[in-house]
Formats: sequence, structure tokens, C-alpha cells
Amino acid sequence: MRADGSSGATSANGVQLQASGLRARALVAGIAAVVIAVIAGLTIGPAGIPAHRVLMELADLLPGIAVESGLNDAHKAIVTDIRLPRVVLGLLVGATLATSGATYQAAFRNPLADPYLLGIAAGAGLGATIAIVNDIGDGAGVFDLVPIAAFGGALGAVTVAYLAGHIGGRSTASLILAGIAVASFLAACQTYLLQANADAFRRILAWLLGRIATSGWAEPALLLPYFLVTTAIVLRYRRALDVLAVGDEEAAALGLEPRRIRLIVLIAASLGAAAAVSVSGLISFVGIIVPHAIRLVFGTSNRVLLPLSVLFGAAFLVLADLTARTVLSPAELPIGVVTAFLGAPFFVFVLRTSRREIW
Amino acid sequence: MSAAVAVEALEVSLDRTPILKGVELGVSAGEWVNVVGPNGAGKTTLLRALLGLVAYDGKVHIEGLSSQRRSVRAQHLAYVPQSPVIPQGMLVGDYVLLGRTPHRGIFAAETAADTRIATEVLERLDLGGFGDRAVQSLSGGERQRAVLARALAQQTPILLLDEPTTALDLGHQQDVLDLVDGLRRERGLTVIATLHDLTLAARYGDRVAILSEGRVAACGPPDGVLTVGSIARHFGAHVKVLRDSDGPVIVPTATTTSRATGVAPAGRAATQNGDHL
Repeated sequence: MRADGSSGATSANGVQLQASGLRARALVAGIAAVVIAVIAGLTIGPAGIPAHRVLMELADLLPGIAVESGLNDAHKAIVTDIRLPRVVLGLLVGATLATSGATYQAAFRNPLADPYLLGIAAGAGLGATIAIVNDIGDGAGVFDLVPIAAFGGALGAVTVAYLAGHIGGRSTASLILAGIAVASFLAACQTYLLQANADAFRRILAWLLGRIATSGWAEPALLLPYFLVTTAIVLRYRRALDVLAVGDEEAAALGLEPRRIRLIVLIAASLGAAAAVSVSGLISFVGIIVPHAIRLVFGTSNRVLLPLSVLFGAAFLVLADLTARTVLSPAELPIGVVTAFLGAPFFVFVLRTSRREIW
Repeated sequence: MSAAVAVEALEVSLDRTPILKGVELGVSAGEWVNVVGPNGAGKTTLLRALLGLVAYDGKVHIEGLSSQRRSVRAQHLAYVPQSPVIPQGMLVGDYVLLGRTPHRGIFAAETAADTRIATEVLERLDLGGFGDRAVQSLSGGERQRAVLARALAQQTPILLLDEPTTALDLGHQQDVLDLVDGLRRERGLTVIATLHDLTLAARYGDRVAILSEGRVAACGPPDGVLTVGSIARHFGAHVKVLRDSDGPVIVPTATTTSRATGVAPAGRAATQNGDHL
């Protein structure tokens, strides 16, 4: 990746043309946001461990550095076994959801698109509900089947939406309408299951509202490969997605295969989003708030937007999780409540200021 | 002169409705041909077929085209659509650089040569200081020049223009067509343009082709093709064809007489050309 974005050419009268690219300033801002979020996420919490000791303890974890933090074993465990995996999971979920959202928006040329649009949320919700009401995920110890059921449901829903969208023609509008139909159907199934199993209601509700809760490193380890694959594919297509911004017809006249590109990036983004949803539940609006905030500040080019969505998405979710676990401390607010509380007004704001016709 | 574009027995159907029914058209290298015809005659479809954007039967030969791959075709044909999609927030410089897409790999960044070409094109089209402005913020005439700049940045030998003057006032229509004419002479471009305005079609370019009911009904120098009879037959319009040193001038006649004779489309033709009278 070109860090300074400079491939300028100076013409006779000194006017310089530069392609949009990720400028060093933006990259530094994104990395700084991640560092701040990580430090805040690790040092702030109900246990009241002094921040400098937390940082010393973390430094001690780095290879080749030995520092005595002076923390007792319980506090050490809180930092390294509870807070650290939780922060890492927050980074991965936030980065994946924000990047997937930005990808969906580019692929559909619709500023309000995100992976939930094609039924990912509804499919994951139904999968998790089925697992919870049948008690197959509860207390098994070795294996929590709820995330696996949610992942299967999410991928199943998005596959059905693709196939149904194809029946109705090949336009993006028919794909989105198919996604809405699939989501409504799955939501109806889920409501039926909820009504029929009132005793599982609380657990399902907690799952639906999302949480970045970990039991050690299992969840981050599960999500990491999906995050890496999704991000690698989507970032590789960032320039092609900029060409797709002029529409399929003109992109094809410029020599690209728009449908194939859209299919590849949507599969990549859907896979990542499904994996994120399966470990964290339904965390809404991250895929919309973060890309839009980046567009407002750094511009609309996908060359800038996609890499920054990885960084700011990661930072945003860690800070949202910090808010969720401290605002009602010692009780925890579901993180989906925090993101929706911030996201819904922002969504309306974007809708108001977005001058583009959506359809 | 060799044929830059040769179209033989071209047939295109959209949603099973035949649009082009055997188009024959040859365009020499360096020539400018204007395709005119009534609404729905298939002018845009003809350009889309040349670009490989619609499935067709028949032959489309593009000189030097070694492969049917889109990226190769886009190195030979540049397209200025009638209503280009202007992406929200995209800067003029980035927009013009899109024209370099067929020359770089799908995953590759622009090279210094790409930015140099885009810079030169912007200056040639008097958009030198516009590189970091949003395309959306441009006026109609500037925007049309930006779209043309993107097509020129493709550095193709053939330029396809679909109604390049729609939505422009008379002065800007002339500016754009003069610009195309100048560029064609400088760079030896072959130009195929669709135009609604028959007088403009007669003033610019070498030949006029009338596309009617899916076929090329007439093709040749404007004087021979744009006659009272052919315009009545293919456009259903009642016109006078005046002549001056630059060629034919097509003027709609008053509609009252045509109404009396019961010919309906004359009113439509008068409205269509009314903007330019």
C-alpha cells in the first residue's frame, strides 16, 4: 500500500494532479485511534487496576522485555486473560463489520447498505435461536454451538438471498429486495420460536443485542482467519471498487467485469460479517457509522475508505465495548445498545446530508 | 483509408424485442460519422454493441482488436455515455484517471505515466485547475468536458459519443463538438457520435448515417442524406432544408399546415428542435 499517495505529475503550468490514496496523515490518525482504544480498553475497568501497572504488565508480555508490574496474580489474570482477549475480539469484530459495511456500500453503490441487508443478521439470529431453544449450545463446555449455528444461519440466509435475487433478474435492486424478503421470513420463523419457548427468551435477547464477551482466546482465534481473508480480498479490490462507482455499464466500458467483482467482494464481506456476528451477536450500525464518518473526514475513495474502516472500525468497537461495560458498572450494557444508541441518530444525519439518490 | 470499424448484419434484441435488425456500417480510420435517427431507432444500442455491452449476432470488426476481452476492447474504444454516472464525492482528477483503467492491471496503482496523461488531458480540455474539485460541483459544460477527458485518457483510437450535446445550451454544444473536432484532427481519432440535432450532425463530421427501424437507411455526406424526403420518411417530420456554405440547415416548418393534412409527428419534430430555433 502506498502510504503517501504521491504519484503526482507536474504539468507545464505547475498544476499537479494526484490520485486519491491513503495519505500518511490519515493512516497515522487511524493507527493512533487503535492505540488509544486499546490502551483505554485495557486500563479502564471495574477492577480499578492502576493504568501504568497495566501497561507495564503488557510490556512484560512482549518478547525480549522483562518488567515487573507489581500486580498480584488476580489482577494479572484480569489484564491478560480477561481484558486482553476481549479487546482483541473487539478489534477484530469492529474491523470486520466496518470493512464489510464499506464493501457492501461500494458494491451496491448505496450509502446505506451493510451486510445485514442480505439477511445476515436474521439468518444468524435464527440459527442462534434454534441452538438456544434446543439447548444444544448450553453448558456443553467443550464446544459452544451457538456461534456455529449463527454462522450457518447467516451464510444460509445470504446464499438464499443471492439465489432468490437471481430469479428476479440480475439487478442489484432485485438482490436487495430478495434480501429483505429472506430476512422477513427468517425473522418470522425466529419470532415463532421465541413465542413457543418463552423460557429461552432472555438468553436469546442477550445474544441478539450483541456482546464482546470472551472465554479466553477461543473467539478471537475463531474470527482471526475470517478477518484476515475478508480484509485481504476486499483491500485488494479497493481500486476496482472505485471504478465500479461509475456504474456497471461504464465500468464494463472501462474494461472491468462488474458482476464478477461484485460477487467476489460480497462473498468475502459476507463471510467476514457472518463470522463476526457468530461470535459477537448482532451489533448494529458499525458497518454504517464508521464508513460514513470516514467519508465525511477523509473522502469517498475506497482506497482511503477501506483501509481506514479496518482501523477506525476496530477502535470504535473497543471504545463502544468499554462504554458498554463501564456505564452501568458493575452491570454490563449489551454493546448493541451502545452502537444503536449512537448509530441511529447518526444514520438519520447521514440520510439527511446524503445528497445522492439511493435508487 | 482502412476501416477502423466494420459492422455487418448486426442484430441485437433486448428482452426479446428486436432493436437492431441487420445494421451495416463501415467507418474509416480518422473519420467522423454521426448516427441520427428517431427515438427508439437503436442508436445507443448500436454503440453498446460496438462496446461489447450487449449480446449481438453478426459481425463487429474493430481494427487491431486482438481479443474480445473487455479490457482489450477498452484500449480501442472509449465511450462517452449520454447520462454518465457521477459518483458522489469523486474528484475530477480521480475521475479522469478512471480512463487509465484498461491500461493498468485491475489491482495495480496508477503509474506516473497515468497521472501525466490525465494531467495533459485535463489541460487540453481547459480543466487544468479542476483536478481536486468534486465532479458533481462542475457546471454542465465543465462536467461534459470532464467525461470527455476520461474518455481521452483511455488513449483509444476510436471515440464513441452518445448524444454528447444533450443537456447543454447551444454555445456549449458548439464548444464540445469543436473540441472533439480539434482533438480528432490532432490525434487522428475515429469518431462515431449519435446526435439528435440534424443541423449539428450536418455541420460536424464527415458522414451522416440515418438509423431507422433497426437498419441503416441511408449513409453518406450530409447533403445527400439529410433531405426533406428522407427526414419526412424516417423522422415523420416536416422540415425545410436550407443550404449555406457549411452544408444543410434543417428547419421545422409550421405545424398548422401539417395538422390540416393529418400528419401527426410534425408537431413532435417541431418541439424536438424548438430549443435551437
